[in-house]
Amino acid sequence: MAYAKNLEEIRALIASHKRWDLLFACVGVVALMIGVLTFVALFADMAIKGVPRLDWDFFTSFPSRRAGQAGILSAWVGSCLVMLTTAFFAVPLGVAAGLYLEEYAPKNWVTDIIEINITNLAGVPSIVYGLLALGLFVYQFGFGQSILSAGLTLALLILPVVIVATREAIRAIPQGIREGAYALGATQWQVCKDHIIPYSSAGILTGVIIGMARAIGETAPIITIGALTFIAFLPPPPVKAEPPFVSFEWLTSPFTVMPIQMFNWTSRPEAAFLVNAAAAGFVLVLMTLAMNALAIYIRYRLRKRIKW
Amino acid sequence: MLVKESVQFFTHVPLWDFLTDTQWTPLFDDAHFGIMVLLSGTITSSLVALSIAIPLGTIIAIYLSEFAPFSVREVAKPFLELLGGVPTIVYGYFALLFVTPILQWFYPALPGFNILSAGIVMGIMIIPYVSSISEDAMRAVPMALREGSYAMGATRFQTATRVVVPAAFSGLASAYILGISRAVGETMILAVAAGMQPNLSFNPLEPAATITAYIVQVALGDLPHGSVGYQTIFAAGLTLMLFTLLFNIAGHMLRKHYREAY
Repeated sequence: MAYAKNLEEIRALIASHKRWDLLFACVGVVALMIGVLTFVALFADMAIKGVPRLDWDFFTSFPSRRAGQAGILSAWVGSCLVMLTTAFFAVPLGVAAGLYLEEYAPKNWVTDIIEINITNLAGVPSIVYGLLALGLFVYQFGFGQSILSAGLTLALLILPVVIVATREAIRAIPQGIREGAYALGATQWQVCKDHIIPYSSAGILTGVIIGMARAIGETAPIITIGALTFIAFLPPPPVKAEPPFVSFEWLTSPFTVMPIQMFNWTSRPEAAFLVNAAAAGFVLVLMTLAMNALAIYIRYRLRKRIKW
Repeated sequence: MLVKESVQFFTHVPLWDFLTDTQWTPLFDDAHFGIMVLLSGTITSSLVALSIAIPLGTIIAIYLSEFAPFSVREVAKPFLELLGGVPTIVYGYFALLFVTPILQWFYPALPGFNILSAGIVMGIMIIPYVSSISEDAMRAVPMALREGSYAMGATRFQTATRVVVPAAFSGLASAYILGISRAVGETMILAVAAGMQPNLSFNPLEPAATITAYIVQVALGDLPHGSVGYQTIFAAGLTLMLFTLLFNIAGHMLRKHYREAY
């Protein structure tokens, strides 16, 4: 009798534990769905409101006081130029720093401090970078409220991302490859140049794209350094007809970027501007999504292809 | 840089006033500099965001690492990463024009700018950061621990909550800390959706300005270089920076304290 009763209890216990199991799996799916559905709602909301506004004129017009005629020409040109400057500074610096830390740096307290610094930098709010840039680039160095300042600020912001990605890509290369090259008499620089950098390039590229996708959506630091919200002209073109053909005047020109344009439109009371904001937001989201998707795709390819 | 400008600021405004004054009106003639006002906005919005991000992020991480079949995980992870990649200004727009109307439908007295909707959207934005780091931490727990637990007759839920989560606690702690620093430093969502009215209140249903929103507000207007108003944003930024630094150090210590070696 006691035995049977005991068995009943154990069965009930197991059943209740299994119910908990099932319940948690359901809660997990619901939580996941909240995230995914928010994303879908966000995207759909903007697509419904914004897509009718998207046409050729929207991309080729300057911002205007009349919502119907306003466009994002100066914003997307500004975004592209700022991104170019950012990549120009962040990629070489980040890759070099990552390479140095992984391949050259001795393990001592100096590298320890640098490492802790890099991890901490990633946690600093982006607006603090903006303040730093406002004091340092805009006033101390006298770059003014220019594309150069913005590019440098964003470069600073994504530097930790690039460095961490570089280090991880380099760390994934087996030691045997380095030893093989050294055994053939290669110097350390030859090993880096001919083996380490080529093999880690896809991983580095992923990190750079993710960093750039983050930089293109950053609004706060650029507002802080004082991007103007109403720009009805383009920076001077980088290519000229007469020698020396390339001009860097655009670096010092005032500018606006996509997120700031959108912020400006969002903070206006008229409904027509909100439609513009939705359209600009849609373009912005598409750009960042495309960049992120590219990074995910490269990582996926990478994981499949490389077999040491 | 921050310290230099802030020191200039504190020569104008005594530190004690900065910490205790209950008004923040630096641009008026009758200037008051009470950082508490901005801090209350920051704390309230962060609390709202974290009360969403931490439970949801943890549940998603546990689900993805212990329960979900392989195919779900392969689809869900990139999706969450995309969620984290959406520009914050877009989230701000979403909070103001999509979430706030929905909340107003439930609670009609809600003002157009409020901390609640900004906080909710901010929480959703932080979910991917929390969940992906927590999941990595849980996946790093050796399989043998789980197998031991299953062998004792534990269910998956029991294994997850009593074996995997304690073993991965240092990773979870750093995920939470990162979430907190993101929430404290988040700018655009709050600047767009929470309004810019400095307001000493911990009620999430009211509009309020945070430290970050104040910096944006000042930067949008043209303040002359070197004025007290210009220096306030550096003082505010320094406060923000100290806050996140504090959390980072706390996280570092937590990690050290709870690190499990296998």
